[in-house]
Amino acid sequence: MIEIDSINKWYGDFQVLKNCSLRVEKGEVVVVCGPSGSGKSTLIKCVNGLEPVDSGRITVNGMVVTDPSTRLPKVRAQIGMVFQHFELFPHKTALENLMLTQIKVLRRSRHEAERKAHQLLERVGLADQADKYPNALSGGQQQRVAIARALAMDPVAMLFDEPTSALDPEMISEVLDVMVELAREGMTMIVVTHEMGFARKVAQRVVFMDGGMIQEIAPTPVFFESPSSERAKLFLSKILSH
Amino acid sequence: MRFDYQVIIDALPFLLDGLLLSFYLTAIAMVGGLALGTLLALMRTSGKLPLVWFAKLYVNFFRSLPLILVIFWFYFLVPLAIGRPVGSLYSALIAFTLFEAAYYSEIMRAGLNSVSRGQINAGLALGLTWRQNMQYVALPQAIRAMLPVLVTQAIILFQDTSLVYVVALRDFMTASSIVAVREGRLIELYLFAAVVYFIICFAGSMFVRSLQRRMVR
Ligand SMILES: Nc1ncnc2c1ncn2[C@@H]1O[C@H](COP(=O)(O)OP(=O)(O)O)[C@@H](O)[C@H]1O
Ligand SMILES: [Mg+2]
Repeated sequence: MIEIDSINKWYGDFQVLKNCSLRVEKGEVVVVCGPSGSGKSTLIKCVNGLEPVDSGRITVNGMVVTDPSTRLPKVRAQIGMVFQHFELFPHKTALENLMLTQIKVLRRSRHEAERKAHQLLERVGLADQADKYPNALSGGQQQRVAIARALAMDPVAMLFDEPTSALDPEMISEVLDVMVELAREGMTMIVVTHEMGFARKVAQRVVFMDGGMIQEIAPTPVFFESPSSERAKLFLSKILSH
Repeated sequence: MRFDYQVIIDALPFLLDGLLLSFYLTAIAMVGGLALGTLLALMRTSGKLPLVWFAKLYVNFFRSLPLILVIFWFYFLVPLAIGRPVGSLYSALIAFTLFEAAYYSEIMRAGLNSVSRGQINAGLALGLTWRQNMQYVALPQAIRAMLPVLVTQAIILFQDTSLVYVVALRDFMTASSIVAVREGRLIELYLFAAVVYFIICFAGSMFVRSLQRRMVR
């Protein structure tokens, strides 16, 4: 479904991604972890072409993201993305946030878009918040709306960039619950997160990044029991200790 | 010397015509200037070098000239360019619109810059094209953020309409001057003009403040 093949990327002289490769199968959930600044966000932004790569190849569902002739908006419309800071459109209600791109990108009718939006808000437990503006919602609610907004586009895969790290602790589980359910329904997902409980529950594999390199890709149980790289061991001991 | 109200009352229809012209110029130049200014701001943020340069040149050019000179210029230049006179009203409208566009463009550019990278990415990630993303995500937020400044600019513009006297148009200020001199009643007319300007601009700034309060929300 998602194939990342030896990509390299520089910011000026600084190489942020070094020869990264990863294949994610249809229906698979892959968790990406690693220290801050290791290139996790950059890696997933390359997957939907929000960041261009300098070399290498990325395909999603047969579409070559790294080909300059590919129409990126068309590709991105099929890949959902959820951000650390939610990024709901502040000038639109929850419902309108879910409707905008259904109408403008997918050319759905208003009626159809609205029906789908209500259905998805219901699914993330926010049916009663449809007419509220984002700033009237809690962080956890905003992130659930953001997930619903991505799902409204009927994506073939979902990318999550630390979806719970800007949340107060008591709101983390309401967001993770939605993600777990999504995973169980067979959505293809790449999730950058430090929520190791989530990883254990639904991820088939864990990717560990450090210094712009993919240091390790391992089946989840293997990663937690016996990570092969020293850095991953160190990282795990730090993050599991609290 | 006695304060003569009657002279003001007698001149009211004449003064009102002037006021209407001031409002008319302000309205047209604001709408036209905002539209053109937004276009310039979009060019400036497009990253396409020829467009960026054009927008920069435009803005710096008009901002380096006094408005009165621009008004004069269009009065003499436009007829030369198109080969027939256009009249002072149209040349003033064109001059004001083009001049205001330079200022509105800077305001809109600041507004667009205030929209975070995260918002832009969110729009793009959902499949919006650059143009759609500007239209539905960035510009509405930019206009909101800049609304108080946009209204303030409109107030300045309203005051600047008095410059049209150089092409023999009668805005409110010019009309007041004419009556003042003709009737020899400078104090009455200039006091009256000041009060009218004050009320209108004060109302404008109250409006700005209520907008700001509502936007804190
Ligand atoms: N636009 C940018 N320009 C320059 N350097 C950047 C930019 N974005 C990220 N970086 C750098 O690239 C590195 C990786 O960033 P990022 O992918 O955000 O890491 P992570 O998500 O793993 O914390 C960091 O060192 C960061 O400072
Ligand atoms: Mg990050």
